[in-house]
Amino acid sequence: MTFEYAPAPESRAVVDIAPSYGLFIDGEFADAAGGKVFKTVSPANEEVLSEVAQAGSEDVDRAVKAARKAFEKWSALPGAERAKYLFRIARLIQERSRELAVLESLDNGKPIRESRDSDLPLVAAHFFYYAGWADKLGHAGYGADPKPLGVAGQVIPWNFPLLMLAWKIAPALACGNTVVLKPAETTPLSALFFADICRQAGLPKGVVNILTGDGSTGAELVAHPDVNKVAFTGSTEVGKAIARTVAGTDKKLTLELGGKAANIVFDDAPIDQAVEGIVNGIFFNQGHVCCAGSRLLVQESVQDELLDALKRRMSTLRVGDPLDKNTDIGAINSAEQLARIKALADAGESEGAERWAPACELPDAGYWFAPTLFTGVTQAHRIAQEEIFGPVLSVLTFRTPEEAVAKANNTPYGLSAGVWTEKGSRILWMANQLRAGIVWSNTFNKFDPASPFGGYKESGFGREGGRHGLEAYLDV
Amino acid sequence: MPTTVPAYGKEAAGRLASMADVTASDGALRRFLHGLPGVDAVGLQARAATLGTRSIKTTAKAYAIDLAISMIDLTTLEGADTPGKVRALCAKGINPDPLDRGTPKVAAICVYPDMVATAKEALTGSGIHVASVATAFPAGRAALPVKLADTRDAVAAGADEIDMVIDRGAFLSGRYLSVFEEIKQVKEACRREDGSYAHLKVIFETGELQTYDNVRRVSWLAMLAGADFIKTSTGKVAVNATPPVTLLMLEAVRDFHATTGVQVGVKPAGGIRTTKDAMKYLVMVNETLGDQWLTADWFRFGASSLLNDLLMQRQKLSTGRYSGPDYVTVD
Repeated sequence: MTFEYAPAPESRAVVDIAPSYGLFIDGEFADAAGGKVFKTVSPANEEVLSEVAQAGSEDVDRAVKAARKAFEKWSALPGAERAKYLFRIARLIQERSRELAVLESLDNGKPIRESRDSDLPLVAAHFFYYAGWADKLGHAGYGADPKPLGVAGQVIPWNFPLLMLAWKIAPALACGNTVVLKPAETTPLSALFFADICRQAGLPKGVVNILTGDGSTGAELVAHPDVNKVAFTGSTEVGKAIARTVAGTDKKLTLELGGKAANIVFDDAPIDQAVEGIVNGIFFNQGHVCCAGSRLLVQESVQDELLDALKRRMSTLRVGDPLDKNTDIGAINSAEQLARIKALADAGESEGAERWAPACELPDAGYWFAPTLFTGVTQAHRIAQEEIFGPVLSVLTFRTPEEAVAKANNTPYGLSAGVWTEKGSRILWMANQLRAGIVWSNTFNKFDPASPFGGYKESGFGREGGRHGLEAYLDV
Repeated sequence: MPTTVPAYGKEAAGRLASMADVTASDGALRRFLHGLPGVDAVGLQARAATLGTRSIKTTAKAYAIDLAISMIDLTTLEGADTPGKVRALCAKGINPDPLDRGTPKVAAICVYPDMVATAKEALTGSGIHVASVATAFPAGRAALPVKLADTRDAVAAGADEIDMVIDRGAFLSGRYLSVFEEIKQVKEACRREDGSYAHLKVIFETGELQTYDNVRRVSWLAMLAGADFIKTSTGKVAVNATPPVTLLMLEAVRDFHATTGVQVGVKPAGGIRTTKDAMKYLVMVNETLGDQWLTADWFRFGASSLLNDLLMQRQKLSTGRYSGPDYVTVD
């Protein structure tokens, strides 16, 4: 007999999903003017979770008008008063965190361990953090009495639905802006639950408006003439389209786009922890992470030892039901994303890289992809250049620190990087050389609301989090 | 990977001899131990904490509780120990739950050397081992001949296993070879008249070693010297077994096995009091070393109060009710 973990599913009963949801405009839920709806499914088994409204241009206009109307009073409130609302929201998120974690895992496919231990604590922390800034904006280094921008149009991705919402809404409200936010098409539910939290917190009507819809809704929102600020997190392709849309207007823009981060392991690295960092870097959230460490650069002399250890560790990853508390890797978010991952993995194989995945049984229904690594990858391979946004790791080697830097920087992206070495001076030298917005040393995918996050080059511009994150929502 | 041989088997000596170059001198040993990969404390603790979130329920819990009971070195190491108390503990080790004779017996009874004969007699025919602490436990502050005499005395009285403590002073001051030689000599003192050996567990007192790097180094040092088991703590200092330290020792055992093929056991001791704690340790073994180590031959808990909590949880699982501390025996 062996030690097999029995199923340990988190209860679905803690979350009550309505059969349909309207748009949240001016403090009320309402159907879309055009009456259009779309379904949102659980990627783990393709079960339809709910039906949500598809916002059209009329709805976008109504939401922006509501936000404009609310802006006058909201921005005039003393910072300490705005802070009260944000603190209240943060506490409500904590109180409802179990419910929200289950909801997030259902709609997104991520394991409950991550939504419970990572997403939700960070969401609450972000609101607490920016609540603290609301009455201290005069001390943030942007002048004695910095002013908000007005109405913020915010478009967020599906990989961390509620966390990205927090990154967008918390600083915007703390600075005195009002917002119209569009969650991703495949993960609209947690934003709608957040709308309910806004009502529970007594937030004035129109300060937060949530529009569900697809890419066309997002395009309408960023193009709306009465939006003062556009914030987008998502693909570089869409980011470029948004930049073209707002070009020539006086809208302020911040973009947080794709990445192809290098996780660089030197021969003197703490090997066991480096393996954990590599696994966490690429398999966290099924690799649906813009700052994922999708390229492993390993020093030649420890290549074999490290890869053996990495494969051994990958064999213990538990892929399956996102609601099982022992699941490490959940479902791929959508059929479309799964197709993209498959296509790039196939390209990796056909271009000559060697594919390896541990033996693991994948469920029949839903969208699944086994954790995979490619060895023998060169800079010329597509899997070394293009963002896969899935649980696929490309392994490259290097001989000298200079070569590691050259390879790490040889990408149009520049969001994050990881350096693994016991030598402090090398960490500092590498951090100076790497053209990436975030450099983690001897860790990876560590987030904190006090730490600014953002990219170089085609990974975008503007920073979210920390004091720097205020700049995007202040007239400076 | 070389074929597996148990640390207490005859072939192990040959495997260790193949590593003789690294223990040839103090300098060689230091260079080797300091050449082992470093340990990032934050990362190690994070990994141990993540493994601690595994949810062990229903059938898995029932299996793990029985497994944990069978891995206990049921321990009494008090100045006030009496032969009567030791006999009571032995009786409990044989039949841990008077209400359910199907409960597995513990692995060993762990006592001071002067109680070995009493325990041996009380455990006759039970298959339960007698483990004895030795080498001036717990401080280890005695001359080597005294430590060796202490060990021989316990073995002669019938101890199946010897739990020795290392000389932390020598280790922390960098005299690695002296610690190595001492372990080797104690191992030799474990030899019985018939040529067989009592199994040797080497206690590091990790709470006194200060750094994780030291824990990895001392683990390798002890395994190179012929330890059959490596053990965290005496239970007599402020910080005893912790999940990160135990995880690190499991990793050292895994790497040593991959290098030499010699299988060494691990025993966390001190401070493990609840079923929940025990589950976390078993999960660490399962996901670091796997099935091969999930037996009383290769993993032990040094504990006294843990057993009662396991028994109460076991009763709860089988009856659906929580019986409470009046339904387990006090020792």
